Amino acid sequence: MIWILDITMLFFLVVCAIAAISIKDLLSSIIILSAYSLIMAVVWVEMHAVDVGFTEAAVGAGITTVLFIATLARTEGRSED
Amino acid sequence: MSGILDIVYAEYNYWIYVTLMMIGFYAMIAKKNLIKKVIGANIFQTAIFLFYVSLADVTGGTAPILVGGHGAEHAADVIYTNPVPHCLILTAIVVSVSTTAVALALIIRIYQEYGSIEEDVILAARRELKPEFSEHARQKGVAEVGRQ
Repeated sequence: MIWILDITMLFFLVVCAIAAISIKDLLSSIIILSAYSLIMAVVWVEMHAVDVGFTEAAVGAGITTVLFIATLARTEGRSED
Repeated sequence: MSGILDIVYAEYNYWIYVTLMMIGFYAMIAKKNLIKKVIGANIFQTAIFLFYVSLADVTGGTAPILVGGHGAEHAADVIYTNPVPHCLILTAIVVSVSTTAVALALIIRIYQEYGSIEEDVILAARRELKPEFSEHARQKGVAEVGRQ
């Protein structure tokens, strides 16, 4: 485990999580959630969980984002909070 | 004192996992927008995955892929990380994406019915449609009857 890479990635994770729940524009929020998932995948590959990293990059950052954007296309893109 | 600080430094993954979990929990209970709630649920789930993967990591270990080859004559002196939590989390990721899909399908249906994905607007619309379901409205009605 490369601890400086680990700490940097974990810091970015917290920043992305706070940004994803506090931005009012839902499309930006979803894209930041996708970035969060991708950083999480990097953290897992770095902790030697390569299979989990693959799956998270494909499913968490890929399919979940597509599902969220498809929902956004059928509803409103603005949030009150 | 240095013992506590050692624990704080050595287990920093666990502190981050608790922080992420609380961020997701806050979004789930405090945000009024339904999509924000689902985003919070996603963050909560990945925080728990992070806990499990951190639990599986072994100091000086390598990825759980066989080194050298099968059989005792090829046995290499390698430490592997624990692969069992990885398998659990692989299943949990798939479950998480299906729960997200169901939640988003319900959100689309709610939007077709009420024309909004804000929780307070939906609750107000429900109260107007079916006043007998609203505890608040019923108590108000009882108070008005009592005044007369």
